[in-house]
Parts: sequence; C-alpha cells; structure tokens
Amino acid sequence: MNQAVHAEWTKLRTVPETGWLLLALIALTVALSTTAAAAVTCSSSACGLDPARISLSGIDLGQATVVILAVLALSGEYSTSMIRITLAATPRRITVPAAKAAVLTGVVLGAGTIAVLASVLAGQLILPGHGFTAAHGHRPLTLADASMLRAAGGSVLYLALIALLSLGAAAAVRDSAVAIGVVLGLLYVFPVIAQVVTDPTWRQHLQQFAPMTAGLAIQATTGLDRLPISPWRGLGVLAAWTAAALVAGGMILQLRDA
Amino acid sequence: MTVSTTPYRSGLRAGRDGFPQLLRAEWTKFRTVRGWVVGTWVAGLVMVLVGVLAASAFHNYGCLAPPGQACPSVPLGPGGEAVDDHFYFVHQTLDGDGSVTVRVTLLTGLITYPSYAPNDIVSGLVPWAKAGVIIKETTRQGSPYAAVMVTGSHGVRMQYNYVHDSAGGQGGISSASPRWLRLSRSGDSLTGYESADGTHWTRTGTAYLAGLPATVQAGLFVASPAYVEQSPGIGGGEQQHLTQATAHFDHLSLQGTAGAWTGDNIGGVPGGPALGQGGFEHSGGTFVVSGTGDIAPLVAGERRLEDTLLGTFAGLIVVIVVGTIFITAEYRRSMIRTTLAASPRRGRVLVAKAIVIGSVTFVAGLAAAAVAVSLGGWILRANGNYIYPVTSLTEFRVVAGSGALLAVVAILAVAMGALFRRSAGAVTTLIALVIVPYVLAIASPLPEAVSEWLLRLTPAAAFAIQQSLPWYPQVSSAYDTLFNGYYPMAPWAGFAVLCTYAAVSLGLAVFVLQRRDA
Repeated sequence: MNQAVHAEWTKLRTVPETGWLLLALIALTVALSTTAAAAVTCSSSACGLDPARISLSGIDLGQATVVILAVLALSGEYSTSMIRITLAATPRRITVPAAKAAVLTGVVLGAGTIAVLASVLAGQLILPGHGFTAAHGHRPLTLADASMLRAAGGSVLYLALIALLSLGAAAAVRDSAVAIGVVLGLLYVFPVIAQVVTDPTWRQHLQQFAPMTAGLAIQATTGLDRLPISPWRGLGVLAAWTAAALVAGGMILQLRDA
Repeated sequence: MTVSTTPYRSGLRAGRDGFPQLLRAEWTKFRTVRGWVVGTWVAGLVMVLVGVLAASAFHNYGCLAPPGQACPSVPLGPGGEAVDDHFYFVHQTLDGDGSVTVRVTLLTGLITYPSYAPNDIVSGLVPWAKAGVIIKETTRQGSPYAAVMVTGSHGVRMQYNYVHDSAGGQGGISSASPRWLRLSRSGDSLTGYESADGTHWTRTGTAYLAGLPATVQAGLFVASPAYVEQSPGIGGGEQQHLTQATAHFDHLSLQGTAGAWTGDNIGGVPGGPALGQGGFEHSGGTFVVSGTGDIAPLVAGERRLEDTLLGTFAGLIVVIVVGTIFITAEYRRSMIRTTLAASPRRGRVLVAKAIVIGSVTFVAGLAAAAVAVSLGGWILRANGNYIYPVTSLTEFRVVAGSGALLAVVAILAVAMGALFRRSAGAVTTLIALVIVPYVLAIASPLPEAVSEWLLRLTPAAAFAIQQSLPWYPQVSSAYDTLFNGYYPMAPWAGFAVLCTYAAVSLGLAVFVLQRRDA
C-alpha cells in the first residue's frame, strides 16, 4: 500500500495540470469570496446575511476545480491507457483507488486549507467595513470563534469529500468528460431547483438531499434554527453520497476489464 | 478451351468529396456511436424531467378566497396581458367629451410590518404609490383606462392601458408645493396635463383608447403597491408587505356632467385586512382618499411559461459533454488523421461537425422544450398555479429559443473540443463559461449587481431567450430581479452574446486546426 501511495503521489506530482488546478482552486475561491464580501452591506443583524457564509462563498466555484483534479487523476489514466500498466503493477485492484483517494485527500486538504484561510482573512479585512461589526450584533470573524472555526474547517472537509465523490464517479464511468458532467450536474442542478420552487416542503427536502446544499450547511453560523439541515448532519449527507460513489466506483473497477 | 476474363470493374460511380458527403460522413459517425445518440436522448430527458420535477414543486396556496370557493380569476388587460387592477376609485359617470381637474396637496403612506420594524405599521410611501385622476371604461377590472397621477418618488406620470407610461415633471408634492392634474377626453384621445398653479398647464402625455364607449367612469384614484423586500442568500425569497397611500385632493371639477361621487374599492377582497379596504371622505371641497393596490401589468408572484424549462441548464451539461466528445474522441482514437486525410480542407470538417451536432441538438432540444412546456404547464395548472398568458409568438420564441440555445452551445462545445483536443479541459471551460455563471447568478449569495454582470458577459446571457414577460420600468424595481426571472439583457441580445462566443471559438478552432498537426 505504501508503494502504491508513493506511486500515485509521483503521478499526481509530475502531471503539470495538478499544480495549475490547485492554483486555480485557491485563486477562484479567494476571488469569488472577496467579490461577494466587497459587494454586500449590512446595517443590522436583522439583514439576514451570514458573514461566514459570505466570506466562504468562493467554495461554490472552487469546488469545480477539485472535481476536475479528482476526475483527471483516474480518467487521465484511461485516456492514455496508463491504467493497464497501473493495474498490472498492482493486481489487487482496490489498492489503486484507495491509494489515489489517500493522495488526493491530502493534496486537496492542503490546498483547500490555504484557500479557506485566505478567504477568511479577506472577509476579516473587508466585512467590518460593510457593517458586519460587533456594534450591529455580529460575532467577530476570527477562527477563535467556535462556529467560525466549524465553518472554515468544514469547508476544507467539504472539498475533500467532493474530491472523493468525483474519484468514485470517475471510476464508475471512466470517460473524463462524462464524469465531470455527472458530478458538476449533481452538484449544481439541485441548488437551482431548490432556489426557484415556492413550495417550502419541497425546497427543504431538496436542500436536505442535494450534496452541495446539504454539505455547505457546514458554513452557516447564524440562523441555525432556520437551516434546512443542521451543519454536521449536512456534511454527513455529502459523506453518504461520497461513500456511495466510492463503493460503486470501486466495485465497477474490480469487475470490469480495464 | 479458351477462358476470357474481363477485369473487375465496380458498377458504382466514383464517390464525390463535396460538402454534402462530408455532412453525411459526420452524420454517420454521430448516429453509429451509441453513446452520443444515448447522450442526446439523455439531454432531452433530463431537460423534461427537471422541468417536471420543478413544476411539481410549485403549489399555490396564496389565494384569499374562502374555503370551497374558486380563486378569483386574474384580470386581463386590453393587450391580453395579466394585469393588477386594484385601487380605490371615487367616480361618477362621464358622457361624451369632458375633463377632470383636481389639485393634489398631500400624499402619505403606511407600510405594514417591514423587516426594520417587524411589529409595527410605519409611515412610509412606496416609490410607485399613485394618486390622481383617471378615466376608465367601466369599473370592471382590466378595462381600458388612462390616468395622470403623482407618485411616491417618480414624479408626475401619465399611464394608460396598464403597460404604457410616460414621465412628466419630477419632484414630490406637499401642501407647500401642490400639483394640479387634468385629464381631458376628446373622442378616443385622452390628454393628461399638469400644472403647479392651476393656470399654466403643460401636457404630460396623450393616450388613444380605440373604441372607448361614449359613457365612461371618471374621477379620482389612489393605489399603493406592496412593499417588496428581497431576502438575500440561498433559499432567499421575497416578502411582500401590504401598504396604503392617502391623498388629499381639492378644487375637483368634472366638466361635462354633474352628479354624486361614489367610492369603490376596485378589485378589493371582501373580508381582507382593514388597511387594504381603502375609503374616502368628502368635506368642504376636500377629498381624502385612501387606497391599496396597483394599476399595472402583473409581473411577479405567479408562474411563468419558462418555469417549466428550468431543466435547460441540466440538459446543457449533457449537451456540452456530447458535443465535446464528438470531436475529442477523434483525437483520442486517432480517427482525426483518417478524417483529415479523407478531407484535406480541414475547415470544412469542423463546419460539417458543427452543422451535424447543431442540427441534432436543435431537434432534440426543441422536442424536449415543447414536451416540458406542455407537460409542465399541465402539472402547474393541476396544482392550482396561474401561468401568465403570453402571445403565441412569445411562446414560440421561448420554445424554439431553448432548442437554439442547446444547439449553439453544442457548436461551441465542438469548437472548444477542437481547440483543446482533450475532453477534460474543454468540458471544464464550457461548464465554467455557461453553467457556473447561471448557477452563481440564480442560486448563490452573490449580490445582484455581480450576478447581472455575469449574465451580460458570459454565454449564460443566452438564458434570456427564455424570458417570456417583458420588463416594465414603471413597476416597482424590487420586481426587477433574476429571482423573478428578469434577465439584464433583452432576449435576442442575450442570445447574440452566446452566438458571438460560438462564432469566435469556431473561427479560432478552424484557424488552429489548419495550422497544427493533427
């Protein structure tokens, strides 16, 4: 297993796309978070805006690069037939996705932490100038605050779970374009439906069930009683999706010719 | 024994290598790869299924009718559009030509329980509160009218038949600076005037109401639309707060007839909140009139035709994948070398591919949009929703435009696939350009201004082709939001943005394909 992890680390490290995608993850996340923070104003705590959610809103966009990184880590091997060499070298096939998952999780946790910390920092610098101050009844935006720490740490975990979900999907469908389409569709279709439906029950069910809206409940620090799903249970829903994708992908990889 | 042999000569004519043959080759490739055909079906199915799912999730509980009674029907204006026609009307009959003149000395308002004072009725005037003189065919909701009025913060306006609006003098009114208003009828032509002193008059606007009967209702009116607050963030909706406006009128004169003034709460719901009932008092030449509601096109709150086409962006994701693989698979399997050897004029190969995938996607998208609109519309109505009526031309534009949206994105995908040669990069770029801006604009905590720019600059601007209701500047600006389905660009202008992206990418792809080794 150690050798397999080392091999996967070497592959990921030596493909030029990895560096660019991780850079894009950080840049897109911070850029969108900063834009959102710079564009809101809130004069009282009754404005209904959650400063943590705003300063971490770049995750909505940054997750797309994580999806691509994870899908390419496996699909890239199929498009170049490298997978046959990999599986010949590691006949216990399940070791391959496990090693990939370990390496990807590490890389995404690292880059995700940088992206989240930079976004939180940007929020700390910008938001107090836009009315998010203690005088208006907002909690300080530091990571010393327990719920802010949960929002930030949970966002990093969210990105790691998205990476594993994408890896499972890539193992199941092999083709990179199809896998990216499936995962991004799964992530982005439900929030839009939930946004436009007027029926509160349907909306709540959609938000509890959809991987993106449920998973991002971890970013909430205000109005927790009004959330469709509580923060940790929301992340649990995403973890369930991820587990299902990994099990399905792993089984298909075992049973199918490469 | 002699054996004579004739060399074999094929009875088939030599093949031609014109453009039709190229199209046929690309069509054969498309229809014989199972994944691409299945993918196109899936795109259509996803579009219908998401549309149906969204339609099933709309339930209308908003009607104030007593249990067991049907909801009142939405009135239609003279142009066939759904209108809001709810106001307090102090009127009497006007026969033939004549004019109404009045001086407005005060306009005040009340807002019920806004978010900044959730437990109070506070004083405040909404921007489109209206008070003035009106000539209306009958007291029936939706009947033709013309009116000249003072407003909360949009100055003097002349409006007629719900959708027409022209601006007069700016500035609010008070007892120190009152405003005189006059509306005079001459045949089918109604002209509005305003004046600061009652002697020097300026024309505000003219309305031609063809076929207006000789006998009409003329008098004073007051209306005050709901105060709308937008809840920010994912899952945010909008909240409407009942308002009331009160206007003080004097020097009222009605030329052409003389009778008693009657007050009617047009479109009022009996048993509704007391504040919404309106009323008028008349003493010593002064009329104090209170009213709620609006005389305007109905723009938000009910369902729109395009609500059933919500699945378009989900279908687009599939179209992007199929369109990209249609060309990148050639690179992956090295088929591109055979293709280019058979057709050395490389640009034509790409154009043929674009035509084939564009046509197939257009047919699939058109069929899916037609099914989604009819099936989704049926489900919406079965759940008690009201769908805004639109003209057949608009419905055709929305349905055919959805098919064209899918088709042009498929062409863009072929161009991107040719540029990138690998599907992952191309699919990523396309989703980032087309899908992510739409998702961010509709369902993220991004502020409205950023969302609007996203829907102007990216190919996602083309979703505007699905907007079925026009945007009216004279209706409260809080309605003018993406949440309510109003895009920042006009339908065809938004579609042109996508077409520009597709044309530029295809041109670039042809250029690169000719310069580069396959």
